[in-house]
Amino acid sequence: MDTTLKVEDLHKKFGAVEVLKGVSLEARTGDVIAMIGSSGSGKSTLLRCINLLETPNSGRVYVNGELIRMKPLQDGTAKPEDIKQVERIRSKLAMVFQSFNLWTHRTILENVIEAPIHVLGLPRKEAIERAEILLAKVGIAEKRNFYPNHLSGGQQQRAAIARALAMEPSVLLFDEPTSALDPELIGEVLQVMRKLAEEGRTMLVVTHEIGFARDVASEIVFLHKGQIEEKGPPREVIGSPKSERLRQFLSATRH
Amino acid sequence: MDDSLALFIEIVPTLLAAVPVTLVLTFLSAVIGNTLALPVAVGSLSPHIYLRYPSLFYIFVMRGTPLLAQTYLIYYGLGELFPGTWVQQSFLWPYLRDGFWYAIFAFSLNTAGYTGEILRGAILAVPKGEIEAARAYGFSRFLIFWRVTLPRAIQICLPTMTGETILLLKATSLASLITVWEVMGTARQIQKVTFRVYEPLIAAGILYILMVFILTRLMMVVEQSINRHRLASV
Repeated sequence: MDTTLKVEDLHKKFGAVEVLKGVSLEARTGDVIAMIGSSGSGKSTLLRCINLLETPNSGRVYVNGELIRMKPLQDGTAKPEDIKQVERIRSKLAMVFQSFNLWTHRTILENVIEAPIHVLGLPRKEAIERAEILLAKVGIAEKRNFYPNHLSGGQQQRAAIARALAMEPSVLLFDEPTSALDPELIGEVLQVMRKLAEEGRTMLVVTHEIGFARDVASEIVFLHKGQIEEKGPPREVIGSPKSERLRQFLSATRH
Repeated sequence: MDDSLALFIEIVPTLLAAVPVTLVLTFLSAVIGNTLALPVAVGSLSPHIYLRYPSLFYIFVMRGTPLLAQTYLIYYGLGELFPGTWVQQSFLWPYLRDGFWYAIFAFSLNTAGYTGEILRGAILAVPKGEIEAARAYGFSRFLIFWRVTLPRAIQICLPTMTGETILLLKATSLASLITVWEVMGTARQIQKVTFRVYEPLIAAGILYILMVFILTRLMMVVEQSINRHRLASV
């Protein structure tokens, strides 16, 4: 299988605090990797370092085999060598945010066609056709002309997933996609994500939904204090955790 | 009393004839001023001090000095600069002789300062997450500003800008002091001719109220169409 995403020895500091202490990760095409861990473990930061919403201090990220070229700076941080390359790679890594982050001044349909038209250069007509199929797929086709603020949290997040899919990304990055939702709305979003996993999409999911991770992920990664403490197939990681910390974490989350 | 009423009826057509001058002053100054406000706001948020400091200084000066002083400075200051130079021979001279264009110039610069500051605040108030989403989807910096930050910021500050435009409409009365015969100037002219103090002022006041009322209604329509997303569920 092809390696779609590869992360090598990623380090990230916020001031003096080292949030990521050398994390490596690999996702082959069709992998669904669930990242779990308590808050502050660095899982969201890891996700945000992959599409460079946060700039890692050091380490390498490859997307479809292409290395994101970074330039180390005097003060120990780094910056992208070529922002155009970063923008191009970001368009292949669609992100779904905890707080949806839909563009509230645009309708749901406009949200979904925005990046395909302006970033990928897709003709408007084609973008709309694509968007309508995707909105139907996530079950909110009838909301296409609504503004985000008129939708429930679950509907907004499904719209955000449609927006991500419209980019036909190599990898979907989910940053705690259900954490901001009312409990009764979580199911509808997870159901959509489950469908995407079954289609063989490559997904990286930061989540607190242990049940979802166990059922859907091909691999679970447990982060603790900026390092990967344990990883493997869900059955092993959840079923028979080796590390004491993971055992504590799992019993505390009560799945 | 009958006397006053007769005078009223007599002067209203004269004042009405000056209404277009006031409206054009307001409209042109608002369009030019609000357009100039964009580079002022963007400059004031720039990480480069050579852009940021001049922009902030511009805002500071425009908001810190009386509009009348600015208008006088521009009218008499610039007005003194041109005669006797090549400008007097150029095609621009007919305009540069006329107080009207100096008034437009002064009001535009002033509006650019005020709206620049309002827009600056609005840009800062755009939710970070929406900008981040655009970054995450590969938008360039320009595209983020043009497609997300600016339209969101305008939405946020539109009600304040309506208020500013109303202030501007009333501030155009200062143009009367540099020989522009808009509504206020015409009212003062009538005062001098008729030796009546109050009737011309009251008539002008009523016209201003009407103009402000219509402007407010118009801006309400604009606001509603731009802020559709905030309205209750359709």
